[in-house]
Amino acid sequence: MKQIIEPVISQAEEKRVVQHIAGTKTMGPDISPNRNEGIFVEQLSAYFGKNRVLKDVTMHIPKHCVTALIGPSGCGKTTFLRTINRMHELSKDARVEGTVLVDGVNIYAPNIDPVQVRRRIGMVFQKPNPFPTMSIFENVVAGLRLNGRYSRRELMEIAERTLRQAALWDEVSDKLHRSGASLSGGQQQRLCIARALAVNPEVILMDEPASALDPISTAKIEELIFELRNQYTIVIVTHNMQQAARVSDYTAFFYLGELIEFDRTKQIFISPSKKQTEDYITGRFG
Amino acid sequence: MSVLFSISIVVVLLPLVFIVGFLVIQGASSLNWDFLTRRPAPVGEVGGGMGNAIVGSFLVILLAMIVGVPLGILGGIFLGEFPSSRLSQITRFAADVLNGTPSIVMGVFAYSVIVMPMHRFSALAGGFALGIIMIPIMLRTTDEMLQLVPTAIREASLALGVPYWKTVVKVVLSTAKSGLITGVLLAVARISGETAPLLFTAFNNAFWTASLTQPISTLTVQIYTYAISPYDDWHRQAWAGALLLLLLVFGINILVRAVTRGRDETNY
Repeated sequence: MKQIIEPVISQAEEKRVVQHIAGTKTMGPDISPNRNEGIFVEQLSAYFGKNRVLKDVTMHIPKHCVTALIGPSGCGKTTFLRTINRMHELSKDARVEGTVLVDGVNIYAPNIDPVQVRRRIGMVFQKPNPFPTMSIFENVVAGLRLNGRYSRRELMEIAERTLRQAALWDEVSDKLHRSGASLSGGQQQRLCIARALAVNPEVILMDEPASALDPISTAKIEELIFELRNQYTIVIVTHNMQQAARVSDYTAFFYLGELIEFDRTKQIFISPSKKQTEDYITGRFG
Repeated sequence: MSVLFSISIVVVLLPLVFIVGFLVIQGASSLNWDFLTRRPAPVGEVGGGMGNAIVGSFLVILLAMIVGVPLGILGGIFLGEFPSSRLSQITRFAADVLNGTPSIVMGVFAYSVIVMPMHRFSALAGGFALGIIMIPIMLRTTDEMLQLVPTAIREASLALGVPYWKTVVKVVLSTAKSGLITGVLLAVARISGETAPLLFTAFNNAFWTASLTQPISTLTVQIYTYAISPYDDWHRQAWAGALLLLLLVFGINILVRAVTRGRDETNY
């Protein structure tokens, strides 16, 4: 165990990983999954024009767990993430084949409106992207306001609840009317998380949410993911293997558009079954 | 080398300094209350003013905005949202050609489609001619302003389950708002100095009128008429009119600065 982990994880971190993994739920990809729970991806391929960037990915992302997607740049993990809320098809010449069942419903069925899918599956992007013309308060409730009618009191309640969930309330409660762009990068990212939470999604997709942030902000985001994992199904793309080890229950390793290995995080980091996975997490390539 | 740069700057600035200075010297003395509120005096009488021309100019510019702003912005949204479609590329090229077309051609166009069928000059025809000049300007500014809105902002909205058209209207347009206002103001500044297209559309009128179907006086045409007249008093009034026009454009440009400063602070 030590030999594999040592190159990537310091001793202090290792202790945390081990503590965390000890608490991991036992439902895993090795146990026959229920197709009506969580996200069930079958034979999924994604294309940019003629270029096939995802090749026949099949995996079951369990409900109310954190699943990390790791792999070298260009391996298709971000594309995979964007197929789960039908954002991939917004890119030019992009298309998707295969099925994605979210709680038993195929989101690629012809009668499904992608807009409705995105309402149930929130997304946090790599670079914090608050709406520059909106205040902090307006940013948090933007999804609600743009999609329906709510009273000022309802919006205020939701804003406070989600800002608390996103561990940002104490820092912004006295300046909700200030521009969202006036916050620091880490605060902006938590604002974006609060914004995603406000529409009450079932799944939250995070595309390297901490890669543009300093270590302290990163730690806050990771704590946040840890807090949210019991209420939401979280899928997080990360370049940082320590991060994957710290926050996730399951880890999927992608390489050249293929899902190489998917298992409990503990399993992946301690005894991966594929040579490629081991090479990647020990830092031999990637 | 830096000497060359400095000389260029001076050469660029000199005409501006001269024009402003000359206008102030020649026009300031005639720019009085009478000038702003009275209509032109009959030929041979001293006095009178350009009050009706000021009102007429505002009316014609307002008409031009009604024609040019909605069409320009709506078309610009299409260009900005589907930048690489065939239709967008053709439209962009057409807009650039129109932008370079002499404004008198727009006047001829307005003459043939509005003045001829109506058998009379009118404020409507003048507004239409100026509006046509505004369309390609608005088209291109809207196009450019929308493309400046980062993809990340659009994606943030789409990922919240906001439909595409709502994302464009409520998020993209509101992000580009100050840029669009700037575009409108600059287009207005541009058309407020136009004379040629108004000569045979709005024509001129020595009397007060607010009727859209009658010939109407405008500052630029009035300046032109007075400037080529043989009377000293009219020459003085033409200078005052030119100074007023300059102040108007100057004011619009200051407004533009105020609007764009607000945008810089949000730094997206």
